[in-house]
Amino acid sequence: MIEFQNLKKVYESGGQQVHALNGIDLKINKGEIFGVIGFSGAGKSSLIRCVNLLERPTSGKVIVDGHELTSLSVKEVREIKKNIGMVFQHFNLLNSKTVFANVAMPLTLAKLPKEQIKKRVLELLEFVGLEDKADNYPDQLSGGQKQRIGIARALATQPSILLCDEATSALDPQTTSSILQLLKKINKEYNITILIITHEMSVIREICDKVAVIEGGEIIEEGSVFDVFSSPKTQTAKNFVSTVMNDQLPDSINELIQKHKGKQKIFRINFVGNSAGQPLLSELAKKFDIDINVLFGNITELQGTPFGNLIVEFQGTDEEIKKVLAYVNEKNISIKEVIAHAS
Amino acid sequence: MLVNSEQIIEAIIETIQMVSFSLLFSAILGIPLGILLVVTRKGHLLENVVIFNVLNGIINIFRSVPFIILLVAMIPVTRFIVGSSIGTAAAVVPLVFYAGPYIARLVENSLLEVDPGVLEAAEAMGATPWQVISKFLLPEALSSLVLALTIATIGLVGASAMAGAVGGGGIGDLAITYGYQRFDTITMFITVAILIVIVQGLQSLGNILAKKIRRR
Ligand SMILES: Nc1ncnc2c1ncn2[C@@H]1O[C@H](COP(=O)(O)OP(=O)(O)OP(=O)(O)O)[C@@H](O)[C@H]1O
Ligand SMILES: [Mg+2]
Repeated sequence: MIEFQNLKKVYESGGQQVHALNGIDLKINKGEIFGVIGFSGAGKSSLIRCVNLLERPTSGKVIVDGHELTSLSVKEVREIKKNIGMVFQHFNLLNSKTVFANVAMPLTLAKLPKEQIKKRVLELLEFVGLEDKADNYPDQLSGGQKQRIGIARALATQPSILLCDEATSALDPQTTSSILQLLKKINKEYNITILIITHEMSVIREICDKVAVIEGGEIIEEGSVFDVFSSPKTQTAKNFVSTVMNDQLPDSINELIQKHKGKQKIFRINFVGNSAGQPLLSELAKKFDIDINVLFGNITELQGTPFGNLIVEFQGTDEEIKKVLAYVNEKNISIKEVIAHAS
Repeated sequence: MLVNSEQIIEAIIETIQMVSFSLLFSAILGIPLGILLVVTRKGHLLENVVIFNVLNGIINIFRSVPFIILLVAMIPVTRFIVGSSIGTAAAVVPLVFYAGPYIARLVENSLLEVDPGVLEAAEAMGATPWQVISKFLLPEALSSLVLALTIATIGLVGASAMAGAVGGGGIGDLAITYGYQRFDTITMFITVAILIVIVQGLQSLGNILAKKIRRR
């Protein structure tokens, strides 16, 4: 478990003060995959680096598994760090050492017997699917492979917390996806708490349970991934959500609506959870005297729950359409008329 | 030609002795100093403004004195350490004072090139300062350190020729006393040729070694 209490971080640089964190209160429960998203300079790295004291907080508390970090001695902090693995954007592997030696490093530092180290490293390499690369050097690996080694290294001491600072930002989408799946597997199999920092909403959507949006060194929104995605409150959160939810109308549809202004009845139906599974449209077509024309649709899955929207055109009398709307509302499905954007 | 081959061989041996002993001692002095210059700087492992500034100042002072002046200025110190101010052993003292600070700077440069991310990973793992230096900083900088020491060695070959001229023996001594003062052009050519061969050989050796460490 990780808890931040009124955490503040001020950097002094060139006589100027930079307020990177302005009183963060956040609680991350054991076994969660928690994502923190924000734009560049929002304070994401500063926040995650306070969890293992790579950065000392200016004030406030960081509590990891019951220990208030800032009150511990240097030696005690070193011990706690063995319980916190960290994965970096640029991997930070030693180019002068083999893959094996890189993964073994945390164990070598802990002065474990050679045999034990060997066993553990081979186990880890197998877990990340790179057992055949043990004798290679990092510069002979692809980015995705390097990150797998970085992850294996972070797991070497069997930590209960894994910190990922932009762990996939240097990777292509496909590799990103495979790394995220690996993180999910780690979370499931070892029940490791994972804190992920990212500026990509797709990363949050893919694996996080909870998300916090950080801006100007403050948490401006926080909640389950489902809640934040289905009803973002702040503008920043809305912007992030729209980067992956694609709920903007395509230009062609917008044009169509403009052209037939007033003549057509176009609606946006939002599906959340179970309602997406119901054959709503065919039901409406059968029950009422209308024709339905699907113009645009978008359905994604969030944490196993379907979520999305459909843009449909209803053709029929005003009266009939009114009945349709009443029926849909009764089922607790959100439906709204689409007004053309003056573009 | 006023010199015979035996004199030349003896001079080469003296030069090799001077260079290797002064290299040994200046590395023993310079490498730890270079490490200290890196780890005590602001924001680093063992940040310590006082130690950094003092070391930095002292090294700058030694680095700014021309070798020929250092050679003369060091005579009392040399007498105190070696018991004499002439001979090959005596030449080693000023050479160490010349090359030690030089090596410290070269080592500092090599270590500063190490990816800070790697050191951050070390810190995240809970490595002690000594572990960060011995298991991360030095291994990552090794091939660059070898090249730095190669440069220092070549610098010592040149400086040892100068030191030889004030009584240290070696190839430089030969070149000055015969080639320059007695206008023996052939000896001059031969000694210069020998120096060129030594420098070329050292540089190639350093390059090969560094490449081998880097594996590419
Ligand atoms: N060591 C430092 N010295 C001075 N200012 C710093 C330092 N580290 C970060 N900052 C400043 O603190 C603020 C927050 O930085 P931080 O690195 O936490 O942002 P971030 O959200 O991780 O951004 P990015 O997505 O670009 O990595 C920025 O304004 C940055 O310039
Ligand atoms: Mg960052």
